[in-house]
Amino acid sequence: MAESAIAHDHGVSHGAHASSTGLSNNKMGMWMFLGSECLLFGGLISTYMLYRGRVSSGPQPNNIFDIPFTSVSSFILLMSSLTMVLAVSSAQRKDDRNTNLWLTITALLGATFVGGQVYEFTSFYREGLGFTTSLFGSSFYALTGFHGVHVSVGIIMLMALVGMNRSNRIPGDKAEVVELIGLYWHFVDIIWIIIFTLVYLIPS
Amino acid sequence: MSTATTHVEASENHEVEHHGLSDKQYIVIALILAALTAIEVSTYYVDFGPFFMPTLLILMVIKFVTVVSYFMHLKFDNKIFSYLFYAGLLLAIAVYCGFLATFKFFLKQG
Repeated sequence: MAESAIAHDHGVSHGAHASSTGLSNNKMGMWMFLGSECLLFGGLISTYMLYRGRVSSGPQPNNIFDIPFTSVSSFILLMSSLTMVLAVSSAQRKDDRNTNLWLTITALLGATFVGGQVYEFTSFYREGLGFTTSLFGSSFYALTGFHGVHVSVGIIMLMALVGMNRSNRIPGDKAEVVELIGLYWHFVDIIWIIIFTLVYLIPS
Repeated sequence: MSTATTHVEASENHEVEHHGLSDKQYIVIALILAALTAIEVSTYYVDFGPFFMPTLLILMVIKFVTVVSYFMHLKFDNKIFSYLFYAGLLLAIAVYCGFLATFKFFLKQG
């Protein structure tokens, strides 16, 4: 028992495969993936920053952004991080019922955020901002669209996790699997923290 | 040895969470994040003058670090995970600041 506690102190959960460093391979892989994702979103964000003032035709960013609406969406995504961490906490207590509950709420909050993004894109398109209207439009849709795809992938992973947890088909350490998906979800949230400030709140 | 045993017993009793934070503490952190978001949004309605940009950037960094440290548990996990993530993040910042500098982005903003 004491040995397993020591193993946990070094980042290895029960049933997880340890690397030569004594750390979980899965967790190490996820953190490396998230580190590389910083480069992906860094490229998209910096391209947007460069092109956001380039509006040869179509609406200007400050004329179409609906800050109150996006603020609510941001709040929803932020709160989904809370429900996700509560799901991880429940999984670590081996409380399957609450784990499934919090995972489902997280997925619903994520779906609400994506729904808001679809509504936003539709209204922007109706106001004349298409993907090829201007450099601002292209870089804006590329950045926020990529983020939306990441959130959608996260929702699929969450729902798959709930299904697998219900049928008890999660291989290896269940708590670690929930934690890994939680890491991905929180990453999507921190990227939105940056996008919300740099894209929406700071005018071009 | 006794410390490790105590840790396990505490986890089994569900009194202490896996990484030392309870559900209540997570909720408090989320409320702090919500309050910081409210301050961010207030900059859209209230004129912060010369403090507008620094306020937004500082709040963004605080929110980012808070989520990474507490919700993603980097503060409590092995340092190697922190090195992996922050290495990618710092590399991205360095590469894209260099990229933007070649387009005289920062001069334009000034």
